[in-house]
Amino acid sequence: MPAEPTVVLTARAVERTVRRMADELLELNDGIERLILVGIQRRGVQIAERLAAVIAEREGRDVPRGALDITLYRDDLQSVGPIPLVGRTDLPVEIDGQVVVIVDDVLFTGRTIRAALDELADFGRPARILLAVLVDRGGRELPIQPDVVGKTVDVPLGHRIDVLVSALDGRDEVVLAPVKPA
Amino acid sequence: MSGLLGKDLLGLEYLTAEQITQVLDTAVPLKEISERAIKKVPTLRGATVVNLFFEASTRTRISFEFAEKRMSADTVNVASAGSSVSKGETLVDTARNLEAMRIDMVVIRHGSSGAARFLAERIESNVINAGDGTHEHPTQGLLDLLTLRDRFGDLRGKRVCICGDVLHSRVARSNIWGLTKLGAEVAVCGPRSLLPNAMEEFNVTIFDRIEQAIEWADALNILRLQLERMQAGHIPSLREYNRVFGVTRERLERAPRDILILHPGPMNRGVEIDSDVADGPHSVILDQVTNGVAVRMAVLYLLAGHNPKLAAAAKGGA
Repeated sequence: MPAEPTVVLTARAVERTVRRMADELLELNDGIERLILVGIQRRGVQIAERLAAVIAEREGRDVPRGALDITLYRDDLQSVGPIPLVGRTDLPVEIDGQVVVIVDDVLFTGRTIRAALDELADFGRPARILLAVLVDRGGRELPIQPDVVGKTVDVPLGHRIDVLVSALDGRDEVVLAPVKPA
Repeated sequence: MSGLLGKDLLGLEYLTAEQITQVLDTAVPLKEISERAIKKVPTLRGATVVNLFFEASTRTRISFEFAEKRMSADTVNVASAGSSVSKGETLVDTARNLEAMRIDMVVIRHGSSGAARFLAERIESNVINAGDGTHEHPTQGLLDLLTLRDRFGDLRGKRVCICGDVLHSRVARSNIWGLTKLGAEVAVCGPRSLLPNAMEEFNVTIFDRIEQAIEWADALNILRLQLERMQAGHIPSLREYNRVFGVTRERLERAPRDILILHPGPMNRGVEIDSDVADGPHSVILDQVTNGVAVRMAVLYLLAGHNPKLAAAAKGGA
C-alpha cells in the first residue's frame, strides 16, 4: 500500500487514454451523428473538451458540448458540511432525441451520475445516454456502470484518486494518494 | 463558519462582505434555471416555506414565491387581511402556530422595524426578512448589488447615488450597507425633509440637487416617492418634486458618462422618474426584477444548508 502519492497516469498516458476513449465513443455511436458531450463541473468539463478535440480531429467536425453542475440535484445537500458552491449549468443545444455522453473525471459511488441523469431529464429526453469516465475507481453505491472507461484503478482503503488537468491544475496527471488524516 | 449565512437573513448590516459576495456568486448560476423549459430544481424538495405578509406587497411576494417554487419548496401564503392576524393574534402566536404545523422557513414582511429579528429569536425555523418597517429589505439590497455587479464587474470605487425618500426607505438602508461593504462610494440625494438626520454616520455624501448627483454618479437608484409623504407635508407637491428632483432625459444627457438607472418599483412615472429614463437604454429596472428571483433562490439555498430540521430529513431520506 503506497504511503506516498503514486502517478497512475502521466500526461502522455492521459493523452493516449483520451484518444482511445474518443475512438470508443465514435465506435459506440457509429460516428458523430446526434452526439453531444456533456461534462460534469468542473473536471468532467475539461475531459469533455479533450474528447471533443480528438473527435473533431478524427471526424473533421465539431461535436456540440455542454456543462452540468449537479449541486442542486445532490441527495446529501443538508448533510454535507459547508454548503457547496453552485456552478454553472450550460446546455446550449436541444437534447431531445440526441445521444448524450455524460463525461466525468472519476466514477466512484455513482451518486453524481444519478444526479446528472435527473438534471438531464429536466432538459429533455435524449434517445440514449452514455457515460464516459477517465478513471473508474469502483465503490459503487448505486446500479450505475460506465460505457467508456479510461482506466480502472483499484483504490486501497484510505486512499483517493486525484485527476489533475492543465487548465485548472497546471498539469495533466492522475495520482493515487493517501487521504490526509483530518 | 465565515462566509456562510447563519440561520436567518435579517439585514445586510449584519453580513460581512464575504457573506454578501457568497449570495451573489450563488445567484449567478441560479439565473439559468429560470431560462429552462422546466424551471425547477429539486433542491428544497419537502421543505415548507411560509410567506407571512403583514403589509401589502405584490412584487416581493411573487418573487419569493417563484424562487421557492423553482427550488421545489412547498409554499403557503399568509396575508394579514383575512387571517387570524386581523383578529388580534400576536406575531409570535401566529408564527408558533405555523411552526406547530412543521414548517421550515418563514419569509416575513412587517410594518414594524425589527419584526424579523423578533421572530427569528423566538422560532426555530429560518427567517428571511422581506422588509421590516423602515429598517431593512435585504433581498432587495442583494438584487440591486447583483444588478450593479453584472454591469460593473466589481463595485469597488463605483459611485452609486440613492435618490428620493431615503428617510422612510428600508431599500435605501439595505443598499447603503451592502454597497459600502462591497467597496462602492455611496451618496444620497433628495429634499432634506426626506433625508435622515444622521446621514453622516453612514459615511455617505449628500447632494441637495439632482444635477450634482448626476454629475457624480455611475448609477442612480431612484426610490419610489410614496404619495403619503406629500400629505404628511414632507414635500409641497408631486409636480414640484418632479421639477426639482425628477430624473429626466434632459438631465441625464448632461451627465459626463452613461449612468445606470435602477428603481425598486413600483414606479411613479413622471414623478421621481420620467418614462424616457425608465424605458431608456441605461435602465436596468427589469434586470433587477429577474435578478430578484435568482437572489432569493440563493438565499433559500444557503439558509437551508443551516437548518438542522432539513438536515435530519435529508439524512433520514437518503
